[in-house]
Formats: sequence, C-alpha cells, structure tokens
Amino acid sequence: MEISFLTPDHFALAYLVATILFVLGLKGLSGPKTALKGNLYAMIGMAIALVATFLNPEVRQYSWILAGLLGGAVIGTGIALKIEMTAMPQLVAALHSFVGLSAVLVAAGTFLAHRDSAELNGVFMAEIAIGSFIGALTFTGSLVAFGKLQELLSSNPVIFKGQHALNALLGFAMIALCGAFVLTESFPLFLLMTGIALLLGILLIIPIGGADMPVVVSMLNSYSGWAAAATGFTLGNNLLITTGALVGSSGAILSYIMCKAMNRSIISVILGGFGGEAPTAIDPNTPQKRAKSASVEDLAFMLENAQKAIIVPGYGMAVAQAQHSIKEVLELLQSKGVEVKFAIHPVAGRMPGHMNVLLAEADIPYDVVQEMEEINAEFASTDVTFVIGANDVINPAAKTDPKSPLYGMPILEAYRSKHVFVSKRSMKAGYAGVDNLLFYYDNCSLVFGDAKGTCDKLANSLKESH
Amino acid sequence: MSPSMVGLYVFVLSCFVGYHVIWGVTPALHTPLMAVTNAISAIVVVGAMLVAGHESPMDGSLPLIQIIGFFAVLLASINIFGGFVVTNRILAMFKKKT
Repeated sequence: MEISFLTPDHFALAYLVATILFVLGLKGLSGPKTALKGNLYAMIGMAIALVATFLNPEVRQYSWILAGLLGGAVIGTGIALKIEMTAMPQLVAALHSFVGLSAVLVAAGTFLAHRDSAELNGVFMAEIAIGSFIGALTFTGSLVAFGKLQELLSSNPVIFKGQHALNALLGFAMIALCGAFVLTESFPLFLLMTGIALLLGILLIIPIGGADMPVVVSMLNSYSGWAAAATGFTLGNNLLITTGALVGSSGAILSYIMCKAMNRSIISVILGGFGGEAPTAIDPNTPQKRAKSASVEDLAFMLENAQKAIIVPGYGMAVAQAQHSIKEVLELLQSKGVEVKFAIHPVAGRMPGHMNVLLAEADIPYDVVQEMEEINAEFASTDVTFVIGANDVINPAAKTDPKSPLYGMPILEAYRSKHVFVSKRSMKAGYAGVDNLLFYYDNCSLVFGDAKGTCDKLANSLKESH
Repeated sequence: MSPSMVGLYVFVLSCFVGYHVIWGVTPALHTPLMAVTNAISAIVVVGAMLVAGHESPMDGSLPLIQIIGFFAVLLASINIFGGFVVTNRILAMFKKKT
C-alpha cells in the first residue's frame, strides 16, 4: 500500500506533535492535580506516533506489527491492572528490561534489513552497535534488578575478587568488537559484542544490594532512555532521539537525587562498584548501651495525648503491607484532634516515590505527606514521632559520627521530637549494618513486633479509649 | 550538516529540556514518573514497526527480519500499555483531603 500524498515532512510533523505531547505529559507530573491529564497527553502522543508509523511507506506489511501490538496490549494491560502496588519496583524493572531487549532486536533487525539492500556505512554501523549494547546492558541489568526485587535472587551484593578488572576487560572487549563490527560488517561480530554487553549488564548489577535498589532502578530507567535515543540515531528519527533524551535525563536526575540521599557517588554506581566498602564492625569497646522498649498501649497513650505527631514510614511498612492499618490509625488520631503528618525520606522503599504510592493506595490524602526538606524543621515542635519500618534514614550517626558509613547522609531528624517510638521486629541493625544511635537516646523507645501487627493493635487501643 | 549531526543537536537540546522539566516533578510523583517514562521510552516501537513491516523475502525463506521485528514490537507494546495503564492507576489514587 502506497500513500503517496504523505511526504517525509508530514511524518516529521506528526512526530513533532508527539514530542510536544510527551513533554507536556512529563510537565503534568509537577503536581497531583495535573498529573492525570499529563498522562493522557503522553498517551495521545504515543497514539499519534503509532498511527504515523503505520502510514509510513517503508512499512510493507502489517500482520507482524498488528500481532505484536495486540499481544503487547493484552499482556501489558493485564499486568498493569493486576499488579499489587507493593510490587511496583519489580514491574518497573521488568518493563525497563523489555525496552532494552526491544532496542537490541531493533538494532539487529535494522542491520539485517539494510544489509539486504546494501545500504550500510560507518556512521550507521556505529549507531547500530551503540544502540545494541546500551539496550543489552539495560536488558540484563534490569533482569537482575527484577530478580533481586522479586526475591528470585538473593538481594545481598555478590562480590568477588577482580570484579572491577573483569568489568573493565569486558568493557574494552566490547568497544573493540564494536570497532571491528563497523569495519567488517560481520553479523557474528555484532552478536558477540551484544553477548558481552549482556554479560556486562549482569556483572554491573549483581554487586548491588537490596536497599540500594532505588539508585539502580533509576539508573536503569536512564539507560532505557539512552537506548531509545541511540535507536533514534540509527533510524535518523528525531522523535526517538528527543524521547530517549527526556527519559534518559529523567532517570539520570532521579539517580542523582537517590545517590545524594544515600551518600553514594554516582560514578561508583555507574561502574557497579558500590559493594566495595568493607562492612563496618560495631566497635566492641563501646560500652553496651541499652535501648528502652515500650508497649503498644504506651504508644497509643502518648499519641492520643499529643498535639502533633509525625509518622515515618519505611520499607518495613511495605513488606508488612501495613499502610491500610496506618490509615486507620491516622483517622482515629485525627478524630481525637491530633495533627498528624507523614515524613518521607527520598530513598525510603525500593524505588523513588515508593512510600507516596503506598500511602496513596491506602487513601491517605497527599497533603499530609511531606518530603524530607519540608518536614525536617517540624520535628522539634512535634510531640510524638512514630517510625514504622525505617532505620538508617533516622540514624543520628549520619550527623554526629564522622566514622559512620552513614556520615553525611541527609536524615529525617526524628530525634528532635519530644518522644520517638520505633516499631521494630528485633534489635538487628539496619541495612547498612550500622547500629542506630537513636535507639539509645533518652526520648526513644522501641515497640517490638511486626509493623502491621503493631499498627493493628495501636488502632484497637485507640478505639478502646474512645 | 549530516543527519547524524542534526540528530546530535536535537539530542543535546532535548537533554536540556528534560533536565528542566524533570526537576519540576514533585518527589511524591517519582514512581509514576518512572512508570510513564517507561511507557514513552517504548517509543522504540517506531523502529520495531519498521523492522516488522519489512518486505517479506521473495524466495519464501524464513522471514527472520520480520520475526525479530515482531518480538521487538511485542516487547515495546507491553511497555506502552503496561506503563500507561499502571501510571493511570497510580495517579488516580492520589487524592486530597476531602
């Protein structure tokens, strides 16, 4: 089917409209009120891009395309409607891997198609190679991240001797093969190069532990964008280049925010090296300090007599699925006239914004949920801070102890409030393996038990005292 | 200026646009941001469609290019639909105090 009245400029114009709609879509996310409309803009942009490509005279047959699009629509919509909100990080990681693999397949397919019609040149070959290896890194890297988040793989860092040397060696081999592929136009070399990139993707992500996942997921988000941009260079398509650049910078900014909030250097993350620090042993010479413990009833009593309370949720809340019980606690406290706010650390959970989504899922209005910078000044005027499943992000050692691996990391200053209660399963140290100094503060008490159990009991004792 | 050079201009300028737009996103919406960027990075579907829609081999041999293209379209399409639908679901949950 030839539609001759459509010139390349018409397609370029349609793609430009799609680009504008994507930018407006991202802009909509500046606030919850405009966000849904933004998502709609982005969807329309995608629809325009799909239709325009359909009409492209380079497309000679439709059956394979339609089969792929329909299959994807059924699978994608099905997963998206069923997925639990606590499983969002896994879903995002899985989706990143799909973009990566798709970019690899597009590179391979484009190469074979152009080889058949003998339209190859050096720049084009280099673009194909780059598109393929970024896609391949994204693919396997995201698969490993998915495996760790889904707990199919151990979330512990996998570290071995010579890891960096091996990665560097593979990196150089990949670049050399890239060059050889451009010169020889040999498909086996292309496959070998892509294979090494696939291996490298695994090796870069296995040394990264579970709680560092927010950084990894953001970084892979960025890679998936760069993969799309590289594909755009191959195809000479500005829509792909622009969109890829938007997504790439989005992921890069998120990675930067996460790195800052976790005290990591972005370089060590990119090189996959941040399992490298030796685990810090707790100094055996420090006198054995004692943490206080409190019952749920004590906590209920303190909370209902408070004027102002702050709840600090962490990954433990997500694991225990305690958000709905917390919503109940929130309503009971509000009905007793207590002012309650939520404080979110940027790296709470397993991906950026994870806690916000879980609280929103439990119908907790977003205007009582505040970010670290907004709320830190308020702890000093707060009567009770209740910490659920967070640990390292409230450790005052980050401010006071230059020897601590957490030192310099921004924290939620829960220790400044009059009373702090921490819901905890045991005395175990947090993810970073660092003892939490807060537990030994005079104003801090630990409430032992599973996060959901504690919240349920708390709601019950608040009800009884009605 | 060669097409690749034009592409480079577009790329660099888009990075600046991205930088400014993304810093404007509220941290509370960082999860939907990832989900929606996921959906739009599936714009590689354009390339995938060009591969899948390639002319079939004349000699009746295995349509390898089209099969590669089919899988590329399938994966990108899962992303498009999965990404947009899940973003919609998340955003619909964000409500103000009533």
